[in-house]
Amino acid sequence: MIGVELFPNGIARYLIGGLFIGGGIASIYLATGIIAGASTFLESTLSYVSNVPRFNRLRYVGSRDWRIVFTAGIVLGAGVYAVVWQGGAWTTEVQWWRLLAGGVLVGVGTRLGKGCTSGHGVCGVGSLSQTSIVNVATFISVAIGTAQLVQALGVSP
Amino acid sequence: MTDRRPGFHLVILVGGLIFGFGLAYSHMARPEVVLDFLQFDDLGLLFVMGGAAAVTGVVFTVATGVLDSAPLTGVEYVRRVKSFDRNVVVGGVVFGTGWGLSGICPGAAYASVGIGNWPILWAVAGMFIGAYAQGRLRSRITGSSAGPTAAD
Repeated sequence: MIGVELFPNGIARYLIGGLFIGGGIASIYLATGIIAGASTFLESTLSYVSNVPRFNRLRYVGSRDWRIVFTAGIVLGAGVYAVVWQGGAWTTEVQWWRLLAGGVLVGVGTRLGKGCTSGHGVCGVGSLSQTSIVNVATFISVAIGTAQLVQALGVSP
Repeated sequence: MTDRRPGFHLVILVGGLIFGFGLAYSHMARPEVVLDFLQFDDLGLLFVMGGAAAVTGVVFTVATGVLDSAPLTGVEYVRRVKSFDRNVVVGGVVFGTGWGLSGICPGAAYASVGIGNWPILWAVAGMFIGAYAQGRLRSRITGSSAGPTAAD
């Protein structure tokens, strides 16, 4: 019964959700040729309020409007799920300092590493990009080590 | 983005909606589910990333192989291939530390807002702080060698 232990919640919800995630990226790609990652939004949106040169590169300023639309779509799409399937709001038990500190590291890491779970993990791997495969293998290994270390230290959740 | 035809923003919005719905449906928008995966309690997340990458893999292959240009922009279809340098690994290590600590990545964090998970705003704020800090630091480093353009 090892399958039950590895997948205590089955695989349907994960696979179906993954197909939707890929489907959203594929829809935008087929219509516009744009490969939409989620993390460039952080820097491109900062260009509205900061004149730091890095945020005001043409690549960011030229895409900042649709990146806000994309992010709004992500929030709305998840909202549809929450209203129709989830039966209202759901909130995490993970402690605030983990979310904040983890968020800061994610913000630095995704920009330094040229992408995140969607950019490298879904689009880059889907492109068989060696750069992305190296990045994904790196962040998954480090994340496994970090999560297990934090758990071993008795932090929960 | 020189050329954008009518419907451009609508397609982006609908694509985002499908993407965000998938993140919520898969439960990846919940940090606990990501942490369960990283702690080997539930490996279902493999199917989220694998399923999504399979779809993009097929669509990228077909589009770059047989289609000419995207209807709403006229741009040529390309794959996502970025240059490799040390930052790709260093960034992966920093990202992985943050992902393992919080169970949150950018797309999943936005979707988490949508499922009503208000404490996730800590993570969203953190991501903006992190992105701002690295951008400011890197602009200063490159700016100092490129001339007086580093003024903030």
